[in-house]
Amino acid sequence: MASTLGTGAVTPDRRAAGAVRGRLTGPALIAPFALFYIVFLVGPLIYTFVAGFFNGSLLRDGFGSWVGLTNYADVLGDAEFWRTLKHTLWFTVLTTVPLVLLALLLAILADRFVRGRWFFRFAFFAPYVIPSASVSLIFMWGVLADQVGLAQDWLKALGVDSPPSWLGDPSWAMWSMAGVTVWWTVGFNFVLYLAGLQEIPRDVHEAAAIDGAGPWQRIRHVVVPMLGRTTTLVTVLQIVASLKVFDQIYMMTGGGPDGSTRPTLQYIVDTGFTDGRTGYASVVSLFLFLVILLISLVWFFLVRRAEKES
Amino acid sequence: MLRRLTSPGRAAPGPAPGTAPGAPGDPAAPSRRALLRGGAGLAAGAAATAALSGCGSTIAQGFTGGEPPADRLNFWNPFTGGDGARMVAMQQEYEKAHPENSLRATTFVWGNPYYTKLSLATVGDRPPHVAVAHLSKLPVLARAGLLTELPGDALAGQGMTPEKFDAKPWRKSHVDDRLYGVPLDTHPFVLYFRTDIAEQAGLLDGGELAGIDGPDEFAAALRAAKEVTGAFGGSVASIKDSATQFRLFLSFYTQLGGRPLVADAGATVTVDLDAAEEALAYIRRLGEEKLIPTGADGQAAITMLTTGQAGFLMDGVWQIVAVLDSKVEFDMRPLPRIFSDAPYACFADSHALVLPRQPKRDDARVDLSLEFAASLLDSSRLWAEGGHIPAWLPTQRSAAYRELTPQSHYTEAAEGAAYDPVAWYGGAGSNLQINVGDAVTAALTGRSSPRAAAERVRSELRTLADVESPI
Repeated sequence: MASTLGTGAVTPDRRAAGAVRGRLTGPALIAPFALFYIVFLVGPLIYTFVAGFFNGSLLRDGFGSWVGLTNYADVLGDAEFWRTLKHTLWFTVLTTVPLVLLALLLAILADRFVRGRWFFRFAFFAPYVIPSASVSLIFMWGVLADQVGLAQDWLKALGVDSPPSWLGDPSWAMWSMAGVTVWWTVGFNFVLYLAGLQEIPRDVHEAAAIDGAGPWQRIRHVVVPMLGRTTTLVTVLQIVASLKVFDQIYMMTGGGPDGSTRPTLQYIVDTGFTDGRTGYASVVSLFLFLVILLISLVWFFLVRRAEKES
Repeated sequence: MLRRLTSPGRAAPGPAPGTAPGAPGDPAAPSRRALLRGGAGLAAGAAATAALSGCGSTIAQGFTGGEPPADRLNFWNPFTGGDGARMVAMQQEYEKAHPENSLRATTFVWGNPYYTKLSLATVGDRPPHVAVAHLSKLPVLARAGLLTELPGDALAGQGMTPEKFDAKPWRKSHVDDRLYGVPLDTHPFVLYFRTDIAEQAGLLDGGELAGIDGPDEFAAALRAAKEVTGAFGGSVASIKDSATQFRLFLSFYTQLGGRPLVADAGATVTVDLDAAEEALAYIRRLGEEKLIPTGADGQAAITMLTTGQAGFLMDGVWQIVAVLDSKVEFDMRPLPRIFSDAPYACFADSHALVLPRQPKRDDARVDLSLEFAASLLDSSRLWAEGGHIPAWLPTQRSAAYRELTPQSHYTEAAEGAAYDPVAWYGGAGSNLQINVGDAVTAALTGRSSPRAAAERVRSELRTLADVESPI
């Protein structure tokens, strides 16, 4: 790139001094955040790791007494831990797939509008800015409520005699939670996709059109492949966000009915803060951390390999 | 769901041509530095302001652990809705009588979150001076060392002597013969009924429900009401409400003479499997014969009574306000005696005023706190309007309370109060209520057989009991 060649004009001395300063500038700029990172992230992580070897209690001072790997063995043998992990993974599947596909679809549709695109961008993104507490209230008392909720009304209008209790029936509650989450957060992925779409140069579209590609073929063979990196980003962010689900489930069902929506993060809160078992909750947190790390790594590895192959 | 906003630009492939990142002369650089300087100045200013003005503020005390002024009384309670409004009115009566003191009341969400906050604040040496606690939770809090033992002479100094309290909640306020709470009320699980529907069904005898004690008798009464309503005989919350299901179960289970569900402060499971199965089978019977709905939530159960889809409602006394608001003809009475294997029993709990352990012993503040407790007891007729049976006998025996109907029609239920079993995982809104209640719901809806549900109750309790107590 031509403009960067201009730096060759400075003298060697200046360049050496600049290099020293340059070497210090980076770490100096990072230092405040690094400190923050150590105090609030690395520190607690080490604390969590250490606490996992003790039977600590919120109601007693200190770590408690050393129990070795007992907490690890207990967590691995805890049916409720596996059940909540299954809920978390199931929620991730139920939300990630529609949140990626729907966001892509909406972005492609909205991108076709030249005039009024701002409106669609706004309309699809708007739910995302609502706080989780408001979303929970809207759906608990408005849409998904029993007897008076909109969702039941619509089904009754369609001729269904006894629509399910969306948040009260164990076999529907998780689907309801996934639906609420999709409605609420699709706007974020939509905006990422829209930005990706606008990066695709017009000439590629034109070249494809001249070569005789129809609209559907252009989407399949030009747009989707060129959005590859956006898709990777969107999917990773979405998987991590879904694995960390807590707010809306805690507020809307409290993990119920019959524990059918309780995610692992709530299990950590329940064992750690309600039951006061800090050692045990620490180990559950570590396991959830490992699961999120592992899934992210596997995904990145798969994407990397796919990119190399192409 | 928390998610860090990532700049969409990062997704865009390839760098923007022609600009090296952070190139000198970037006009953003100096302004950013100025911004940082300005930000640091602001933060320092804010900190200084907080330090200067902080002495009187609760927030600053939270950070420094400093003692509030001597006339300040911090009070925590879990009352929202109608109970919350009445508690505020009672606090106002106190403030009117003691304008020299400053009462600061804080309301939290009921249940586990409330007790978590209360415990953590006390462990962290930042407790409120007075707090409301359920008597079902009191033994756990006391054994964890979170409560101050109440000195009898200080109590008597405020006019609160043992003979002025309802016997059952008063006894329940003791742990190992030491007093830890001033009981305010008893709130049992009772029976609401529509007088007009009961009349039509021929169930009234001189304005009172007659002949509904016994399993078949109660079922027959429900069936008679069902014929009038055309929908259900009675109603009870079953979905999204495991606590109500637990209350229904514990009432019948205790009437059957079942042993306490757990013993040794929760370490051993002592549930009587046969009694549990019999209680669950009766609950299932009511559901199976469609005498009560199996898919109503808390609100729907009340609406069924008020709209005439059900003639009876089994629920806690605290729902009285919702039923009164509907302006239908109704009355209340204790939950019927279905089983006669043991003395009459119905689920109940009590609110009590407790003094969380303070970092420093301060007799003057204990007196201030007890004075507040006595003032709340004196206004407990107001509290009784919300359905709670006053534990303060001067109120319970007053003409003003007896005239309060239908609140005074179930006072004797307090004598049959069956409290939650004592366990660190038990009590109001606890895991025990939720997990056992879920098993009861499964029996009511027919998802599990009564036997399987009883076994599930036992296994849920065992899971809870196996965990090492954090106390």
